[in-house]
Amino acid sequence: MLYSHDWLRTFVPHDLPASEVAALIGRHVATIDHLQPLRADLAPIVIARVVEAGRHPNSDHLWVTKVDDGSGTLLDVVCGAPNVVAGTLYPFARVGTVMPTGNKGGILIEKRKIRGEWSTGMLCSAKELGLGEDHDGIMPLDLDVPTGTPLLQALPIGDVQLEVDVLPNRPDLFCHLGMARELSAISGHARRSLHEVIAAETGHVALALPAPVSGPSGGLTVQVKDHDGCPRYMAVVIRGVRVGPSPSWLVQRLDAVGSRSISNVVDATNYMLHSAGQPMHAFDLARLAQQTIVVRAAVAGEKLVTLDGVERTLAEGMTVIADAERPVAVAGVMGGRDSEVTEATTDIVLEVAYFDPRRTRRTRKALGLNTDASHRFERGVDAWGTAEALEAAAQLIVAVAGGQVDGAPIDVGAPPVRTAAVALDVARAQRLLGDIVPSAEMQRLLGSIGCEVSAAGAETLMVTPPVWRRDLLRDADLVEELARLRGFDQLPDTLGAFRPGAVPDHPLHVITRRLRQLLIGEGLLEVRPMPFVRGTDESHVRVTNPLAEDEPHLRRTISETLARRAEHNLSRMEGNVRLFEVGAVFAPTGDTLPRESLHAGVLLMGQSRPPHFTEPNPPAYDVWDVRALGERMAREVHGAGVEAVAGEGVWLWLLQLNGAEVGRVFRVQLDKPVWAADAFGIELWLGAMENADVAPPGIHAPQSSASDAPARAHRQYMALPVFPAAEFDLALLLPDGMPAADVDRCIRATAGSLLEDLRVFDEYRGKGLPERHRSVAFRLTFRDATRTLRDKEVEGRRAKILQTLEKELGIRPRST
Amino acid sequence: MSLADFEAAIKQLKAEADQAIEAATSDAEWTEVRNALVGRKGGKLSGLMQQLGQMPTEDRRAAGAAINSLKLEVEAALETKGASLKAAASSGPTLDLTMPGRRRWVGAAHPVTRVIDEICEIFRELGFSVALGPEAETEWYNFGALNFPADHPAMDMHDTLYLGSGAVLRTHTSPVQVRTMQRWNPPIRVLAPGNVYRRDFFDATHAPAFAQLEGLAIDEGISFADLKATLTHFAKQFYGQSTRTRFGPSYFPFTEPSAQMDVEIDLGDGKGKRWVEIMGTGLVHPAVIESAGLDSQKYSGWAFGMGPGRIAMSRYGIPDIRLLYDSDVRFLEQFV
Repeated sequence: MLYSHDWLRTFVPHDLPASEVAALIGRHVATIDHLQPLRADLAPIVIARVVEAGRHPNSDHLWVTKVDDGSGTLLDVVCGAPNVVAGTLYPFARVGTVMPTGNKGGILIEKRKIRGEWSTGMLCSAKELGLGEDHDGIMPLDLDVPTGTPLLQALPIGDVQLEVDVLPNRPDLFCHLGMARELSAISGHARRSLHEVIAAETGHVALALPAPVSGPSGGLTVQVKDHDGCPRYMAVVIRGVRVGPSPSWLVQRLDAVGSRSISNVVDATNYMLHSAGQPMHAFDLARLAQQTIVVRAAVAGEKLVTLDGVERTLAEGMTVIADAERPVAVAGVMGGRDSEVTEATTDIVLEVAYFDPRRTRRTRKALGLNTDASHRFERGVDAWGTAEALEAAAQLIVAVAGGQVDGAPIDVGAPPVRTAAVALDVARAQRLLGDIVPSAEMQRLLGSIGCEVSAAGAETLMVTPPVWRRDLLRDADLVEELARLRGFDQLPDTLGAFRPGAVPDHPLHVITRRLRQLLIGEGLLEVRPMPFVRGTDESHVRVTNPLAEDEPHLRRTISETLARRAEHNLSRMEGNVRLFEVGAVFAPTGDTLPRESLHAGVLLMGQSRPPHFTEPNPPAYDVWDVRALGERMAREVHGAGVEAVAGEGVWLWLLQLNGAEVGRVFRVQLDKPVWAADAFGIELWLGAMENADVAPPGIHAPQSSASDAPARAHRQYMALPVFPAAEFDLALLLPDGMPAADVDRCIRATAGSLLEDLRVFDEYRGKGLPERHRSVAFRLTFRDATRTLRDKEVEGRRAKILQTLEKELGIRPRST
Repeated sequence: MSLADFEAAIKQLKAEADQAIEAATSDAEWTEVRNALVGRKGGKLSGLMQQLGQMPTEDRRAAGAAINSLKLEVEAALETKGASLKAAASSGPTLDLTMPGRRRWVGAAHPVTRVIDEICEIFRELGFSVALGPEAETEWYNFGALNFPADHPAMDMHDTLYLGSGAVLRTHTSPVQVRTMQRWNPPIRVLAPGNVYRRDFFDATHAPAFAQLEGLAIDEGISFADLKATLTHFAKQFYGQSTRTRFGPSYFPFTEPSAQMDVEIDLGDGKGKRWVEIMGTGLVHPAVIESAGLDSQKYSGWAFGMGPGRIAMSRYGIPDIRLLYDSDVRFLEQFV
C-alpha cells in the first residue's frame, strides 16, 4: 500500500520528517518496505530573483537579465519567457545542473552564448520542472525566502511516498484516513475529519445535504435485490458537472500513490478511494436506462464490457449493478464502459456501497480481475463510513468539477451487525504481555485507536472496538493492540524460569541424524533437491496445480531425484558424484492423503577415493562398495538382522529384514556421456511418516505414558577368547551358476558349533581351471572357548566338510 | 687356559663385540663385523671355542655354557643392528616429506542442514526437542486448525499446491504445532524443521519447496516477555553476543499478538550492518490452542517460524537460491 507523506499530513497536521513517520509506523503498525522521495530530482533547483530584465539586442523575443541566485554575484541569463518581471522570484537552474524530470529532463545546463549574449544558467517554467503543463512562461514564485534557497525547501513539492506492507487483518489501513488514525494514536497529534481534509485541499466547505432517503431521489431510482451481495448501497445524483482535467494538487496526490489522472470526476472518486478507503464509482446518469440502478445477482452468461475494454462473461454467484436493461458494473470489482463518465457527461450518479467480502473475492478470482476496489472490498471496507464518504466525495466533485447535488442521497440496506464488546481481563492481559501495564494505561491505549472502554468491575474492561476494526474479536486481539501501541520493544525480555519440554525427539529425527552422520563419515555429500518429478498418475502422486507441467508429480523414491542431480553434475563435467539425501517420498492411496515415508537415498559414481601420487587412478566405485554401504546403512537403521539378498537385473541386492524388504542396492541408469563411470544407488526405507489425524478437531488425545515403542535393545558383550583359534582354507571349484552363498550355507550346516568365522577371501577365474568353473577360496576359523583344539579335530572337520560339499553340491577342492 | 682366564677372555670379547657392532654404520661394515665375530673361519668366537679342547675336563662344561651364551647375545645384537640399518636405509633421504598425504573423500552436511542443526542445538539447551510431521497435509491441519478463515485474503499469503480434494503440500511447518499439541501434554517445547511448499516460481530468490523451522512453547503462564527473552537469547547465540534485535508488528492468523523479529547483521555484501527480518513470531492464538483441545485460559504459548535457507544464503554469501537445490558437487564440497 502506498501512502503520501503530504496527504497523511492533511489528515494529521504535524512537522515530523517522513523518516520519523516511517519509523513510528514500522514500530507500531506495519512493516515499511520503502521510502521514496518523489521529487528528489528537483534538489539542484534553487530560487533566484531577476534583478534587471531588458530586451536582447539581437532578438525580438529574448530577454537579457541579471539574476541573483544567492551566490553574491549577479549572473547574466538570457531568457525567452514573455512573463519575466524584474524583482520576481523564479526557479533557477545553475550552470552544471542536470535538468529534472520535465520537458528538458536530463539536459546539462552550460554557460553559452545565445545570439551573442552570455547566459549562465536557466530560469525555469513549470513544465521544465515537471510541475505542470503551463508553458506560458517561467514560473513566478510568490514566496518570501532568501535567494539561493533550494526549491524543495521552499515549496511543498518534495512529497515522500511510503510503501507499507499492510497485512490482510487490517483492511482499515488501505487508505490515508486509516493510517492517519494510527499516526494520530501513536504520535498524539490531532486528526481532521474527511470534510475538514477536503476543505483544506479545495477551500470548499462541506455541503449541507439532506438526510438520506431510501426512495427515488434526484431523478434516480435504486433497487437492491441481492442483499447478501450488497448489504448497503448509497448513491447521489450530481447535475451540471464539467468533466475536464483535474487541478494540479489532485494530480499530484494521485501521482504520489501511483495512480494516473484521468479526469476531474474520476480522479475525485480515486482520491476518495485512497483517502477514505471507500471504493466509489461515478456513472453517467444519461446512460443509465430509465435512470434506474438495480443491484442484483448476475445471470449466468450475461456479458459486460468493463472499463478496461474487455468483455466479461458473468456467472452465477456474482453481483452486478444494472440499469433497467443490462449490467453496468461488476459489483465491487469494476465499472462498465458503456456507462462511464466522459467529457460529454453533465449529470452523474455517484455510488458508494458495501459489497460482501467473500462474494467479491470469489467474483474477483472467477474473473481474474484484481482492482483497487476488489482488493479493499474483499478485505472489508467500513460499511458505517459510506455516508460520510459519499458526502465528502460530493463536496470534492463540486469543488473540482462544479455542478450541484440534486436531492437527498439514497441509502438502501444497512451495515452488518457491529462486533460485540470484548471483555478484557486486566490480569490476564498483564500475564500474556509479561508486563504489569496498569489498567488506566490499557484504557488510554485502546481509547487512542477508537475503542470505547469502560471498567466492568475492578479487574475487567469492556472494550467496544470502533466500527472499522472488525478484526478485534476476542481478548487476544486486544492484547496485540496493547503490545504494538505500547511498543514491542518496551516489553521486558529477561529470560525467566521455564519447564523443559516433555515431548521426546521424533524417532525418525533420531534415526535421520544417526544416518546422516554415518554417511558424512563415509565421505558423502548431502543434498536437498526439489522433490518434483515426472512420473505417471498411476504410480505417483500428482500435484493438482503444478508449477511446471513437465514435473507434475511427487517422487516415489529419493533415487528418482538423485539420478537427475547426478546428470546435472555430469553436464558440468563432474564425474565423481557421491550424494545422499534423507527425505520424504510419496505413494498414491485411495484416501485424502498419500502414503508418506521417510527414505534415505545414495548415489555413487566415479572414483571411490581421491587420486594421490601413489595412486593416480584410484578404482571407481563398484558393486561391492555399494553393497557394503547399503548393508551398513540398513543395519544402522533396522538392526543387525538385515540381509542383502541377491536380486535380478539392475536390482543388485534387496535389503531384507525377516524377509520384508527395507531397501535396495542397484545400478542407476543415467543419461550419461561415455567418459562417465557406472553409477550405483541405494534406497532405504526409514519409516512411515504418520499422517492420520491425531484426533478430531478440538480434541486433545495425549499418548499414554506407556509408549508402544519396544524397549531399546542393546548389544551384549561377548567374552574375549582365551584359547587359540584353528584356521584352514578351502579353495573350491564352483561351476558357473552356483552361488557362493550355497557353499557358505552348506559349510555352516556341516562345520558344527565351533565354527567361529567363515568368509570368502579370494576368487579366481582363468588358466588352470576347468571350463566354466571358478575357484572360490574360503577361510574357516574354529575355536572352542574352553580348550585348545587338537589338529586331529580340525582335520576331521575339514574332511567332513569336503565330503558333504561333494555329496550335496558336487563340488571339489581346486587342488585335487 | 684356566677357567678364570677363559671367562676373562669372554668378557673382553663381549666388550669388543658390543663396541664393534655399535660402530657399524652400513650393511658392508655390519657384514665385516659379523665375520670378524662369528664367522666360521677366523671369527673371534670360533677361535675362543677352539680353545675349549685345551681346557681341563672339569671346567669344559661351564666354559661351554659361557661361550654359548656369549654367542647368542652377540647374534641377537647383530640382528637388531642389522634391522635398524636396513630400516634406516629404506626410510632415509628417499622419503620426500613435502609430498601430500593420502586423502579420503570427506563428506558434508548440506548448508541448510548445518543451519538447522545449529539452531536446534541452541534451543536444545533451552529444553526443546524435535518434532516432525507429514509434508502432505490435510487442509484442516494446514489452515483450519491454524485459524485461517475460509475464503479469506489471508489465504493469499500462502499460494498453495494442492493434492486433490482436502489435501495440500503443507505451506508451513505450523501444522506440526497442532499435531504436537493434540498428542502431548504441556509443557511442550518443540522445534519442527521440515520442507514446506508454495506455488512460487523457481528463480534466484524463490523456490516452490524450501526448508522452514518452527518453534513452539506451550505451558501455563507463558508470556510475550518469555518469547522476547528466548528469541533474543537465540539471536545472540546464533549471530554473536553483541547482536541487536528488535520486534515489530506483523500478522499471522495463528498468532495473536503477532510480531516479527529483526536482527542487525552484516550480510557481508559490503553495505555494513542493517536490520534484517529473520522470523515471524507471536503468542499462539487461543483458537489454535483450542483446536488442539487444550484449555486456552489455562495454557498460553508462543511460536516462531524461520527460513533456514535464507539464513544459510546470508551466512555463507550464497547469491542464488537455486544453488541450494542443484546438488552440484563443486558447491557441496565447499561445506566439508
